[in-house]
Amino acid sequence: MPSRPMIGYAHVTKSFGALRAVDDVSLDIAEGEFLAIVGSSGSGKTTLLRLANRLIEADGGTITIEGGNVQDIDPVALRRRIGYVFQSGGLFPHLSVADNIGITPKLLGAPAAEIAVRVDELIELMQLDRASHRDRLPEALSGGQRQRVGVARALAAKPRIMLMDEPFGALDPLTRDALGEDFRELHRKLGLTTVMITHDMTEAILLADRIAVMRGGRLLAQGTPAELSASTDAYVLELLRTPRRQVERLNALLLQGGAA
Amino acid sequence: MSLFTDPRWGEALSHLPDYLGNHVRVSLAALALGLVVSLPLAILTRNRPAPRAILLALASVVQTVPGLALLALFYPLLLLAASVTLKWFGVSFSAFGFLPAMLALALYSMLPVLRNGITGLNGIDPALIEAAKGVGMTARQSLVMVELPLALPVMMAGIRTAAVWVIGTATLSTPIGQTSLGNYIFAGLQTQNWVFVLFGCVASALLALAVDQLLGLIESGLRQRGRLRTALGATGIAALVAATLVPTMGRSSSGYAVGAKTFAEQYVLSALLRDRLQAAGLSATARSGLGSSVIFGALKAGDLDLYVDYSGTLWANQLHRTDIKPRAELVAELKTALAKDNITLLGELGFENAYALVMPKKRADALGIRTIADLAAHTSTMSIAGDYEFFSRPEWAALQKAYGLQFSAQRQMQPDFMYAAVASGEVDVIAGYTSDGLIAKYDLVALDDPKQAIPPYDAILLLAPKRAGDERLKAALSPLLGKIDITTMREANLRASGNDANSSPDVVAKWLWEKVGGR
Repeated sequence: MPSRPMIGYAHVTKSFGALRAVDDVSLDIAEGEFLAIVGSSGSGKTTLLRLANRLIEADGGTITIEGGNVQDIDPVALRRRIGYVFQSGGLFPHLSVADNIGITPKLLGAPAAEIAVRVDELIELMQLDRASHRDRLPEALSGGQRQRVGVARALAAKPRIMLMDEPFGALDPLTRDALGEDFRELHRKLGLTTVMITHDMTEAILLADRIAVMRGGRLLAQGTPAELSASTDAYVLELLRTPRRQVERLNALLLQGGAA
Repeated sequence: MSLFTDPRWGEALSHLPDYLGNHVRVSLAALALGLVVSLPLAILTRNRPAPRAILLALASVVQTVPGLALLALFYPLLLLAASVTLKWFGVSFSAFGFLPAMLALALYSMLPVLRNGITGLNGIDPALIEAAKGVGMTARQSLVMVELPLALPVMMAGIRTAAVWVIGTATLSTPIGQTSLGNYIFAGLQTQNWVFVLFGCVASALLALAVDQLLGLIESGLRQRGRLRTALGATGIAALVAATLVPTMGRSSSGYAVGAKTFAEQYVLSALLRDRLQAAGLSATARSGLGSSVIFGALKAGDLDLYVDYSGTLWANQLHRTDIKPRAELVAELKTALAKDNITLLGELGFENAYALVMPKKRADALGIRTIADLAAHTSTMSIAGDYEFFSRPEWAALQKAYGLQFSAQRQMQPDFMYAAVASGEVDVIAGYTSDGLIAKYDLVALDDPKQAIPPYDAILLLAPKRAGDERLKAALSPLLGKIDITTMREANLRASGNDANSSPDVVAKWLWEKVGGR
């Protein structure tokens, strides 16, 4: 593990009224790592993610980004250097695909010509069609295309860190699979550090290097899928059992079908 | 005569550039002011429930004030403000016409703009505001780049409602001296010129409809993010504004402004005065339909140059006197008092337009009533009608006290309808005007006032302070002084009360001049 984590949480807490959404969480994410945070709704995983770019402010503990305490960084500047992909895309409905993608470079004051080149680059990278998508409004796109635009927008200002809040959750299985694979490839190619939230353990195992399991605001376990299966926590084991059971049932069904 | 060949259409049309231009100007200014005030308020209070509730409640209260009353309220308010600024800073402004109309209408436009502004801003998906933050926008950038554009269609709908309200309500700004399409309606109602009433209503309705449709085009363009519609609507609005404003833009407002209150006699007299000034080579325009309380202040402030008032009215309302003097003595004393304000009382026209209790002649004869004293015994079973101000005037109190009048009911009516109402028996007695031609027309009788409870009401010609030394003006007007007797004025008023083309104030004024000019 490198001496300095890309993102570091140390004893971080956050409460909403009486609810402890994040309870004494310590977690390091190394440069180039793809971490998935898994948990059911209300487990505190989204809160944990939003603490990193100060969409939510922590009550206690320390969060560092590339070694710097986030409290010492202007939140607006912080958010501009971190890519963020929203659950349902979060695209601005009144802006074209190109304007959505180019928004963060525009906020950073990049020249229009430079932004246009970058937008075309990203449209290509995200395997969108320049001619038919570039100047359309988001409402004209399919769900998968919209999420591709959401990823392109998060990448536009060339961030080193990507935060993704259930990015593929609302998509049909085929699109979801393709998009997940494509992003995994992009993560590697661009040398990103990625934190992705999902409630789907299968997706987490397929895409992530390491998995963190949240429950009731606490971090129950973290590690590679193999390390997790050695966990003694009942909930973690239960989570891991689900994909396994699915595989077994699928195999059984498919074999049965083959025999017939 | 057919409705379509009536020459009054032509007369109405000739006023259109002036009335429409002024109407659009005041509506536009009011709407712009309303927007400039309301939109920032909507933005500031969008996330603050308490101030927002107070603001919306205030705006709603304003909305419940009838348009006419709101407009009328602004005149004395501004008059007061003008006197304060004069005292403190040595500068004053005109509380007449454009300014009070614009302010009242702007206030009127605020509710729909505020309400839709707040609704539009609060209706935005919170996830999008979160996304704006997430991509690195500051609060201000989020407002300008995301929240306002998304709220715009809803805001536009509010602006559209406000525009229609303002255009409609602007017709009520005539009595406070703002020329508008309401001039047709007020003049038409007072002189029974239904062509004018119809013309004014149709013109303002068409204007409101056109603006509504064009703003609607912009709104739907914004909703569907269609640039063409938005541009088309905006161009249409710009063209409409230009077309209505340009014809009146270059016209200077120099010349003499002749005031007239809101009844037929005043319309005829102001037309007569205007004609006399024009005949003497002075440019003059009539500013008709002014409220009785507005007109004197406007003369004093120099917004009007001249008009005809009645001695008893000023005696009671301006000097606050309740004692009663003989006609000549009262005018003389009034003249001295007005001179202190630099207002010139040029002289009497010759007739008196006093309040009088009027009833059908046959009924009066049958009951043996000849004076108000005779009437007193019957009033407990009788109803009385008066104009909108009569029952709050000191004369009414004086009459009740002097004769012990106790009517079973009292009603307020449009002056021109009173006479028909008493003739048909709908009411028993009316507080009419001695110079009214309808007294003879409906075979009514004005009862004598043996106790002289009602002061004399000589028609007197008043000049603004700035015209005190204007000899050309005085020379142009002097042929009228003392020349118009009560019989002539009654006949003129009777002519003006008709509803054909010959009853227009301009035509009657010419007839009147033919009668008295040679005297």
